[in-house]
Amino acid sequence: MDYLKAFLIGGIICAIGQILIDKTKLTPARILVSFVVAGVVLTAFGVYGPLVEWAGAGASVPIVGFGYLLADGAIKAIQEIGLFGALTGGVKAASAGIAASIFFAFIIALIFKPKDKS
Amino acid sequence: MAKRLGRYTLALENPVHIAGYAAVGSKMERDGPLGDRFDILNDDSYFGQKTWEKAESIMQKQACQRALDKAKMKEEDIDYIFAGDLLNQCISSSFSIRDLGIPFFGLYGACSTMSESLSLAAMTLEGHMADRCIASTSSHFCTAERQFRFPLEYGGQRPPSSTWTATAAGAVVLDNDPDSVKTSIKALTAGRIIDLGVTDQNNMGAAMAPAAADTIAHFLTDTSVKLSDIDGIFTGDLGTVGSELLYELLDRENIDIRSKHQDCGLLLYDRDKQDVHAGGSGCGCSASVLCSYLLPELEKGSMHNILFIATGALLSTTSVQQNESIPGIAHLVQLCKETKGE
Amino acid sequence: MSMSPKEYDTLTKKASPNSPWLKNLLWAFFVGGAICTLGQVLTNLYLFLDIPKEIATSMTSVSLIFLSALLTGLDLYDTIAQHAGAGTLVPITGFANAVVSPALEFKAEGLILGLGAKMFVIAGPVLVYGVSASIIYGILAFLFGWY
Repeated sequence: MDYLKAFLIGGIICAIGQILIDKTKLTPARILVSFVVAGVVLTAFGVYGPLVEWAGAGASVPIVGFGYLLADGAIKAIQEIGLFGALTGGVKAASAGIAASIFFAFIIALIFKPKDKS
Repeated sequence: MAKRLGRYTLALENPVHIAGYAAVGSKMERDGPLGDRFDILNDDSYFGQKTWEKAESIMQKQACQRALDKAKMKEEDIDYIFAGDLLNQCISSSFSIRDLGIPFFGLYGACSTMSESLSLAAMTLEGHMADRCIASTSSHFCTAERQFRFPLEYGGQRPPSSTWTATAAGAVVLDNDPDSVKTSIKALTAGRIIDLGVTDQNNMGAAMAPAAADTIAHFLTDTSVKLSDIDGIFTGDLGTVGSELLYELLDRENIDIRSKHQDCGLLLYDRDKQDVHAGGSGCGCSASVLCSYLLPELEKGSMHNILFIATGALLSTTSVQQNESIPGIAHLVQLCKETKGE
Repeated sequence: MSMSPKEYDTLTKKASPNSPWLKNLLWAFFVGGAICTLGQVLTNLYLFLDIPKEIATSMTSVSLIFLSALLTGLDLYDTIAQHAGAGTLVPITGFANAVVSPALEFKAEGLILGLGAKMFVIAGPVLVYGVSASIIYGILAFLFGWY
């Protein structure tokens, strides 16, 4: 059941992205930015938190979940340390993903070489 | 002395001949319909180099050297070389030519470079300001992708109207030897910049079609040449979308070129078997089709009188990001091979 | 040319093929869904190993990022993405691909100014707007007592 929920919600979020690509003039970069900001906004309205609870990875793996992580982290830090938490909480919560992206990109880029397409 | 016809066309009266030519390509070009007609094909698109930019300049150098060999000339025999490419500051051309020791004029005409360089070389030769010139250009899928679009390994989806930048180079050696019986350049029509407001950089064919239509219409009005006297009209890199738009635009001028027209972007690749979407593009696309297919066919005599119109989209990454529309340009060169007795 | 840009725009739209949106949609749904399911499999695995939930979720992201980085290096991610579109763009794997691919591409311009400086040319905006949005939300939440 976990898996079905993850598959459905994850698939639907990606499908919305695809509709935006094909039916609007939005470039992929703009879609990613909109999705991450949407994640923050939906969290603020209390929508995304319950969705993450319900759909698990289906809601946390899409980039919208990254926005949720940032917003949720900011709130949790504010609860602990006050206003300063708005600054530290988001990135702290998302730190694993950011650090992993940087480090793996560095290692992979050192090892491999880009290849021609055909 | 060359005679001006109308506002845009120059009819060459002194002979300007094609003395030699060569086309270089890589794997996609080998797999295409013209694969066995290329002079040099290297399946390694790095061409044994460390970077794609170096690969592209090697490719253009190889094209120039092979064209010289075929013309039975040496670097020292050439007075000027007119060349350009897509990269910033035209580095492919300047780096390929730096070892050749030939006086060099660098051009930027985007994918129209082949007919631009041919036009300038032809004018110089016709006016006897030089006796032998080279016109050359190149493009490389990987250098163009990393400069204009995304890194090669980035997972983006190319829309169906997009085109595939050819990894290819073409070089033509021209002379004004009055005794030559080879293919000659009879006339040229310089293109105006036409911009009908297309902003989608994934639809270059649409951006360039109005310029091609404009130039073709000018040539026909200026010279009074009849379409029936022409064996073929070959545009550079309009692809499926641009070709369709070219017909529609010319319909409004009461010119129907459908039966005479082919597009270099559709000749270089097989769209059914190769995933190139709307067709091939890039300076090297029309240049290599010219040097691997059009010029050999003229030499063989299967065609006698053709129009070669390379088209360029004069955008930059900056202009795209600033939401500017894409200006198009198209230069026309009329190539003729006279049969004996005429 | 005797044609207005507006008229030409209509003509262009008619001549340009539409994206096969239904096919793209199905691809995006199934591939995107599959990546999220894989994420759930990994999360459950980490939970099964008695790792606390918050860390298990983080480890899932890190694992997917690693997989995506590896597939990018092996010249496979963009091949899948050619079909999957948003299915590979929207999950965290797409973010990782957007970080790895320029690092790989611009290594040719050096380890510092190429690989290092260009790493975030595509993914940078996601961080800029995501982080800024969360800080603004945090400040508002603090001021209005939404926490």
